[in-house]
Amino acid sequence: MADLEKFRSETRAWLEQNCPPEMRKPMTSDGDTFWGGRNAKFSSEPQRVWFERMRDKGWTVPHWPKEYGGGGLDGEEAKILRQEMAAIGARQPLTSFGISMLGPALLKYGTEAQKKEHLPKITAGLIRWCQGYSEPNAGSDLASLQTRAESDGDDFIINGQKIWTSYANYADWIFCLVRTDPVAKKHDGISFILFDMTSKGVSTKPILLISGYSPFCETFFDNVRVPQSHVVGTINRGWDVAKYLLQHERAMISGMGERGVGRPLGQIAADSIGADAQGRLDDAVLRSQIASFEVDEAALAAAAERAVDLAKAGQAHPAFSSAMKYYGTELNKRRYEILMSAGGIDALEWESERSRGGARPRAWLRTKANSIEGGTSEVMLGIVAKRILDLPGA
Amino acid sequence: MALILNEEQSMLRDSARGLISDKAPVSHLRQLRDSKDETGFSRELWNTFAEMGFSGLLVSEQFGGSGLGAVEAGIVMEEIGRTLMPSPFLATSVLAASALSRGGSEAQKSQHLPRIADGSLLAALAVDEGAKHRPLQTRMQAIRSGNGFKLNGDKALVVDGHTAGLLIVAARTAGSAGEKNGVTLFLVDPKAKGIARERTIMVDSHNAARIVFDSVEVNADSVLGEVDQGYPLLESVLNVGRGAVASEMVGLSEEVFGRTVAYLKERKQFGKPIGEFQALQHRAAQLYIDIEITRAAVLKALQALDADLANAGSAVAVAKARAGTTATLAVQEGVQMHGGMGMTDQFDIGFFMKRARVCQELFGDSNFHADQLARAKGY
Repeated sequence: MADLEKFRSETRAWLEQNCPPEMRKPMTSDGDTFWGGRNAKFSSEPQRVWFERMRDKGWTVPHWPKEYGGGGLDGEEAKILRQEMAAIGARQPLTSFGISMLGPALLKYGTEAQKKEHLPKITAGLIRWCQGYSEPNAGSDLASLQTRAESDGDDFIINGQKIWTSYANYADWIFCLVRTDPVAKKHDGISFILFDMTSKGVSTKPILLISGYSPFCETFFDNVRVPQSHVVGTINRGWDVAKYLLQHERAMISGMGERGVGRPLGQIAADSIGADAQGRLDDAVLRSQIASFEVDEAALAAAAERAVDLAKAGQAHPAFSSAMKYYGTELNKRRYEILMSAGGIDALEWESERSRGGARPRAWLRTKANSIEGGTSEVMLGIVAKRILDLPGA
Repeated sequence: MALILNEEQSMLRDSARGLISDKAPVSHLRQLRDSKDETGFSRELWNTFAEMGFSGLLVSEQFGGSGLGAVEAGIVMEEIGRTLMPSPFLATSVLAASALSRGGSEAQKSQHLPRIADGSLLAALAVDEGAKHRPLQTRMQAIRSGNGFKLNGDKALVVDGHTAGLLIVAARTAGSAGEKNGVTLFLVDPKAKGIARERTIMVDSHNAARIVFDSVEVNADSVLGEVDQGYPLLESVLNVGRGAVASEMVGLSEEVFGRTVAYLKERKQFGKPIGEFQALQHRAAQLYIDIEITRAAVLKALQALDADLANAGSAVAVAKARAGTTATLAVQEGVQMHGGMGMTDQFDIGFFMKRARVCQELFGDSNFHADQLARAKGY
């Protein structure tokens, strides 16, 4: 306990000294997120300084082993660091699918050589990853994917198409599900493979979404040659890796949205709607919706904290991230419905400077994907029913 | 602090569950109801609670208790919620023990706390007056008279008020309804002249009373805490009670849910278990998620109460609001998914629905607490 308190006070002092004031403000645009990668650009000098200091400390991924560029912190220390960062509103110095998705899968299923090759480049922000999972005919029924990898000497030749590949157009490498046995049952012929997006035969095409942004791409593979040594885990057992990774992806998505930071939603609403003589939001029905939302938001924050503690104690159900994913994404959609209602007419502007290029309505539309990406809400409920509640025939 | 039970707390849960599931399953409540038992609870079981150290859970060791906190009280309440056991635990061991421990003089503590710990004294907190829980709106008058005060007014939903040997009464010594200043807590002997107690048979077959105070004289020593300044103490005690009732609702919700999922696996229609139907599977999954999230919020509130009672208000509001909506959903889905059987008195599910309704109202329903949270956040 004494050691932990010492760690807390040292951490607090270090953050105080090293986190630039600009990096303690809530993020307001996509450019505030630093993703790393070969073509990474910093949107500001404080962003660069903050990233480099955290990287040198090993705190871009505090809980990974030091030998892979992580901070080597145990669960309690990592929690303290999170709390201390939250206390000053410190931004994440580096965001990446390498950290939130591929890393945990490599740590569990990767060979030592694969870990040494890829993890340090993730923690140092040198390589940006994307995820090749969904296909035009494999959405909720992901295991029916058809992108095929055929053996050719020591290599695989990959042909097919992925869709909804987040930021594929900016990514350096892809972790990808491919069919290596077309005859086996659908779950038994899949492999999990890594390759460079600059490989000959890879092309991407952004998809314009209702928000006006293109965070997702179609990704095409035309005779892409990849060494078989790039398979993670066993050939044809990639579904195990895929599912394990999905648990982490769902945990990440459940945490999307700016829970508990910044001004309370009710005050944001009062800015545009106004308050009555008692200081209460001048829209009684909206006020009660916001209040129930904030009850649920605080409860979810407690549940997220508890999920981490349960996992640490070895008491977590492996499918629980599906429960959190369901609730977190539905809640985030509610948040933005409230924000749109609170903003009223002002929240309808799509292009003005006043509206920061329609930031709010675009973010509102973006949230509609939360309950689709990474497994739909309906798929999540099915997983809970089958794997946690053990209901028949699900 | 980790948001899970530690080893000692898990052991407490196991021993409480063992005792309560063995001695007081739902049939125990049914039997008390059907026999029109005068007290509405089992004195013998209460003595066992005292022997096991539960009745004095929140009483300090100095006065013969265990000196534990809100988390432990919540653990026992959760087990009570699973079987709907009518027990003096909430009114006596949680509310009265907290009120006396936090607000009592040395004389008041040494007079009452040892008797709470050994199970010989039952106590009750009299706060509510109108149809809804509004402690700030307390109107009951306590007017200075000689060396003491004269109490006039009505109290409702006094949990265990009909059996209590000691009443803790919130009354107004100054100010008017809506003001924090001017509320005072009194320790009152229920046998005092001018008190009329009516046991109210409730929808849930649990125990409560309406109490009328007609010029009831109490002396100055009966003030608990400070004259006019009792509201913060009352609010603290109510918050511990809210955390406890929220825990009861978690236990209740989980039990209803467990029974309902078991029924979905066993009941067959159209040639297969109804649990195969996706319409029911998704609703069951949603309810499971709701309960798990509420459980975390409630434990968070209980830990907050133990860490910093004065600043636990928002965490408690979240917990009580969530627990109320979750329990309401759980019992509604429970009855619906049991179909016609859920409507029968023979099945236990209805008992849970009735108790959930009372727990919602106790110390503020979900609307009350969502509103509290909104006020705390300044909108």
